[in-house]
Parts: sequence; C-alpha cells; structure tokens
Amino acid sequence: MMIGVVVVSHSKRAAEGIVEVAAEMGGDTPVEAAGGDGQSGIGTVPDDIEAALAAADDGDGVVVLVDLGSAVMNTEVVIETGDTEAVIADGPVLEGAVNAAVAATSPTATLESVREQAEAARAVDKL
Amino acid sequence: MSEAGLAVVTAVENVAERLETERTRLTELDSAIGDADHGGNMARGWAAAAETVGELDDPDPATVVQTTGKTLLSEVGGASGPLYGGSLVFAAAELDGGVDRESVVGFAETYLEKVQGRGDAEVGDQTMVDALVPAVHTFTKSIETDDLPPGEALAKAVDAARRGVAFTVPLRASKGRASYLGWRSVGHQDPGATSTLFILETLAETAQTLDIDVPDTADATSPTIPEAEDTNG
Repeated sequence: MMIGVVVVSHSKRAAEGIVEVAAEMGGDTPVEAAGGDGQSGIGTVPDDIEAALAAADDGDGVVVLVDLGSAVMNTEVVIETGDTEAVIADGPVLEGAVNAAVAATSPTATLESVREQAEAARAVDKL
Repeated sequence: MSEAGLAVVTAVENVAERLETERTRLTELDSAIGDADHGGNMARGWAAAAETVGELDDPDPATVVQTTGKTLLSEVGGASGPLYGGSLVFAAAELDGGVDRESVVGFAETYLEKVQGRGDAEVGDQTMVDALVPAVHTFTKSIETDDLPPGEALAKAVDAARRGVAFTVPLRASKGRASYLGWRSVGHQDPGATSTLFILETLAETAQTLDIDVPDTADATSPTIPEAEDTNG
C-alpha cells in the first residue's frame, strides 16, 4: 500500500506535465492529474478531481497539490463530500508534487509525512 | 409533489430565468475586474439546475436544494461552482426535517458559513460575502428577534444585500481573481455580490408570488420515526 499523489491545475496540460516530472522522481508512487474545464478550456471540474483521487488511492489516502482559486475550492468540496481520504498540501504545485511523490516511496510514509514533505517545498531556494 | 418541494423547484426555475436575463450585465461587471465568464457560467449552471430539479419525482425541499448544488458544482466553472454549489449541498441538510422558521435560519447561516470558509473572505474583501453577510444577519434577526414572517425577513435581507453590493464599489479586492488587480479593482461593483443579490431578489419575489406559508414547526413534513422495538429480549 502507498500514499497517492494528485495534481490539480486549471490547465490539463500543466497538470499532466507536472505529473510527468513528479512520476519520474517518484518511482512506484501513484501520481494522477486533474485539470481543465472538460471542454479543452481553462478550469477545474469536481468530477475529474474525484476520479483522479480514486485512481491514485491505493488504500492509504492521497496528498493533493493544487494551483489557484477554484482548484483549491473544488478540491476541498470533493474531499469533504467524497469517499477518498485525502489532504491538500499547501505548497508550490510542481516542487510540492515532486517532494510528495518521493516522500511517498518511503516504507514508513504516512498521509501526514507526505504532506509535510510537499509543504517543505515552500522553503526551497533555487539560487 | 409536496407543496414546499414544488415551491423550491419554482424558485430555482425563476433564478435560472433571472440569471439568463442578467447574463450580459454580470459579464460586463466581470470583464472589468475578472475573466468575463461570470454571466455565462451562472446562466448555464442555473439553467442546468432548473432542468435537473424539474425532472425530480415528488422531491422534498432538501433534495431540490441538494440537487441544485450538485448540478452547479459540475456545471458552473470557476470559483462560483464550489462557492454557490458546494455551499448549497451542505446547507441543504438543514432542510432535512422540512421547512420551518428554525430550519430556514439554519439554512441561511450554514450557507454563509460555507461560503466564507471556502473563500476565506471577510466583509470588505470585495466579494459575494459583502452582500451575503448583511443579508443573512438581517434575515436571522428579522425572524429570531423581530418575529417577522420569513417572507418579510427575506425582503429585508434583500435590502441589506443591496446595500452590501453598493458597498463593494469603493473597495479594493483582496480575495479572488480581482485581487491581482490591486488598486485597479477600486470603483468596480463585485460580480459575485451582484449575482448573490439577483438570486436573493428572485427568491423574495418567488416567496411573495407563491405566498408561501412557512410554519413555525415542520411537523407536517417531518419524517415520522417509529419507536425502536426492543430486540434484546
């Protein structure tokens, strides 16, 4: 069993691209993307987020990285009303997703430890 | 169909009609400080909600409200989906025992709590909260303190919301997309506060037209819970 990771972005391609980077670093960690308004436009759709959570859930829960505004609100509503145990990590979406995917490979990983690692990405210096 | 359920279906249909009429107005407000999609999003979402609740078979009020919320969640893009739709889904539970003076106050307060919690907005941030807070507070006070019938309380809430909408014009947005504009958001009326007002106005008109009699207690519509049989013997 593993903690899963989901990336929610207003852009489907951004979400998929971030997942591509995170999955490369995250080995066996299930990493799923949800993004776009469902009609090739910008937005987020609760049903898509719910499907991504279900796909990433291996039974131990899911840590979610989100971009802005409605991505945050729609994810909150899905978590509150849905069946998958999930938490939002309050961190930068790409760096946080990479951190989370790597942290989830630890044999002692928990929902909380993976979220902490994702949120630790807020303090990453690049220069 | 239960009378109260039918009344709520009519209210949803009237809101859909009103928002279709206001589509251009809301889009104009949103194009000044946002992404010009509020009018279209609200009109489309409420039209879908009206269609969905119209197909329910003998629904109770809570089911109509919950179905409306779920439809808005999937059909309204942007933050309005979770704000309007998500909040209605949660607040609908307050009407589970039927519609009465106590449950309509519970509904209004839960709706406000969810909108504020979701958007993390306070009065003065130039959001729908600026219309909703005075409306809900006025509604609750009118019923609980002034002992007014809910229809009259709703009319007073509309007046309060109208003042709240006017109050958003001189503000600087500090939540939502308009907050990225900084001082340039000053001088614009908030689209979310405006659509909140349009909805409240329509609800008040619907209540007046239908002359709905909200009972003190919802005995007539409450589910009867049979006494538990002693099965331990």
